[in-house]
Amino acid sequence: MTPALAPASPADGALAHDPRAGRPAAGLRATADVPSHVVRFDRKTRLLHGVVMTSFLGLSATGLPLLFSDAPWARALATIFFGFRAAGYVHRFFGAALLLGIVFHLADVAWRAFVRGERGLFWGPTSMVPQPRDFVDFFGMLKWFAGLGPQPKIDHFAYWEKFDYWAVLWGTGVMGAAGLILWFPLTASRILPGWMFNLALFVHGAEAALAIGFIFAVHFFNGHLRPGKFPMDLVIFTGRVTARELQHERAAEFERLRDTGGFAPLASDAPTEFSVRRGYVIGTIGLSLGLALFALILYATIR
Amino acid sequence: MWIRFGSVVAVAWLLGSQAAAGQTPKPPANDDCLACHGEHVDAKAFDASTHGPMACVDCHADLAKVTDFPHADKVAKVRCASCHDDIGAKYKDSIHAWAKEKAGLVVAPACADCHGKHDIRAKTDAQSRVFRATVPVTCGTCHDGIKEQYDRGIHAAKLKIGDSRAPSCADCHTAHGIQRVDTDSWRLKVTAECGTCHAPVVDSFRRTFHGKVTSMGFTAVATCSDCHGAHDILPAANSASRVSKARRVETCGRCHTGANEQFVKYDPHPNPSDYRRSAVLWWANRFYWVLIPGCFGFFGLHSALWFWRGRKQS
Repeated sequence: MTPALAPASPADGALAHDPRAGRPAAGLRATADVPSHVVRFDRKTRLLHGVVMTSFLGLSATGLPLLFSDAPWARALATIFFGFRAAGYVHRFFGAALLLGIVFHLADVAWRAFVRGERGLFWGPTSMVPQPRDFVDFFGMLKWFAGLGPQPKIDHFAYWEKFDYWAVLWGTGVMGAAGLILWFPLTASRILPGWMFNLALFVHGAEAALAIGFIFAVHFFNGHLRPGKFPMDLVIFTGRVTARELQHERAAEFERLRDTGGFAPLASDAPTEFSVRRGYVIGTIGLSLGLALFALILYATIR
Repeated sequence: MWIRFGSVVAVAWLLGSQAAAGQTPKPPANDDCLACHGEHVDAKAFDASTHGPMACVDCHADLAKVTDFPHADKVAKVRCASCHDDIGAKYKDSIHAWAKEKAGLVVAPACADCHGKHDIRAKTDAQSRVFRATVPVTCGTCHDGIKEQYDRGIHAAKLKIGDSRAPSCADCHTAHGIQRVDTDSWRLKVTAECGTCHAPVVDSFRRTFHGKVTSMGFTAVATCSDCHGAHDILPAANSASRVSKARRVETCGRCHTGANEQFVKYDPHPNPSDYRRSAVLWWANRFYWVLIPGCFGFFGLHSALWFWRGRKQS
C-alpha cells in the first residue's frame, strides 16, 4: 500500500480538520482506497452525546446553587429556574433523561455485543476498554510533552477519551443511584437505613464537584480548547472527520483502516453546510454555558 | 450723657426681660406632684428607679409649663422616645407597635407595659421587670401559654439556675423590634441566632439539604425550630423531646409523611470529619479527598503540558 493522500502543505497541517466543508478540505484528494471523509460517530452516538451534554448542563445549572448554597450567586441561579423547588423539578427531569440515555446506551452495547455479535467491542483497537496500548500511548505523550519523541500514533479512542467515557459511566452510576435515593427517600427507607441519605447527599455533592470540574475543564480542554482544536472540535456534532485529519490525529487508526481496507464502510461525504453551522451553534452554546458555570465555581471557591 | 443713660436702661431692660422669661412659670418640683399623687406613685420606688434623679416633668413634659393646679384631667402621654429615640424607632417597626397603633389591639404593649412606669429599673438590676431571668415572666403576663411551654424547656431550666448564656425571650425575638415569626426573614435569621451558642450544630445543619436550601434564602424546608420546637426545646436524651428517639418518627413525619424507623436514622447534623459520628461518611470524605485532587492534579498537569507543547509546536 502507498500513502493515499496528496502531500499536505504545512499551512494545511496546522488546521487538521477543516469544518467549513461542503467541499473536500484543501490539499485532500479522494482516492479509490481513502475517502475524503470518514464517519467517526454514528447518529446514535451523536444523539447520546447530545442527551448527555444537555442534561449535564441542566443538572449542573440546577444543582450548583445547592452545592454552593453560601455563594452570593446561589439564590440568583436558583431563581432563574423559579426558585429551588422548580429548580429541583428541572434537576430531576434532566437526571431522569441522563439515566435513560445511559440505560439505552448500555442496552445498545449489550445488543450489539450479544445479539448482533459485533466483534471488538470489549477488546481491540476500537474498544472503549483500556488496552495495553493506552499505557504505551500515555508514556508516548509524556515523552512528546518533554520533547523527547514524536506525538504517539493514537487509534480509535485515545486514553484521555476512554477516561472521559468511563468517568461519565461511573459518575452517572454513582450520582444516579445517590440521586434516586434522595429523590425517593421514603421508598428507599424500606430497604436502606436513613444514614444512607447522608452518604447519598455527600457522594452526590462530591461526585458533582468532580464531574463538573472534569467536564468543564478537562474534557473541554482535551476535546475542544487545546491547541489544534481551538475553539471547538465539530466531529461530535457532524459525526465526520476528513481522512487527512484522521491521518494527522489518529495515525494508528488511519494506517490500520488503510492496511485492512476498512475505509469502505466508513466512507462519507463532507458534512453539509447546515450540519456544520448547527455544530458551531450547539458547540458555542455548550462551551459558553459550561465555562460560565465553571467561572461561578471558581469564584465561589477562591473568594 | 443721655445717650449713655439710654443705653444703660436698654441693657437693664434686656437683662430684666430675659430673667423674667427664665423665671416664670417655675415648673412644679417632684414634691409638688407627690402632694397629690403620693398615693399611687411610690416615691421610694421612684427614687430607687433608674429615673430617680429626674424630675416628674422631665417625662410629663406638658406639665412643666402649667401654673394652675390642680392641672387638667387630661394630660399628654409620656413620650419615652423623646430621650430613647433609637429604641423608639425599633419599637415602631415591631409587631407590638403595629398591633397597638395600626390594628387597634389596645392590650398590645407599649414601653410601660414591660418596663413599668415609675419603678423602671435597669435590665442589669435583678429587681427589674426586664432582668434576664425575669423577662419570661414579664412577657408571660400576656403570652401565658408560650411561657408555660418555655418553662418546660431546657433554656428556661438553664436560665433558672443562673446560666447567663441561656436564652430568654428577647435573645431570639429581640426586645423592641419583635417581628412576626412566620415571615421568611425571621425564620432565616433565627437559625443564625441559635448558632450564636450552637455554632457547630448550625455548621452541620448547613451541610444538609435543609441547611443548604435555607442558606440560599428559601424557607420551604426545616430550620431549627421545625424539629426542635421553639419554646419547649429539650435535649434529645429526654424522651419528651421532639428529637428524642421515641418521637423522631412523629417529628420527621410532620413534613415527610410516612417516615418510618429506618427513615429517621438519617443524621440531620452530619459531620464527615467526625469518625465516631459516622465512619461511613468519614471514609467517603477521605475517598473523595484523594479522588478529586488526584483527578484534577493528573489531568491539570496533563493539559498544562499539552498546552505548552502544542503552543511550541504550532
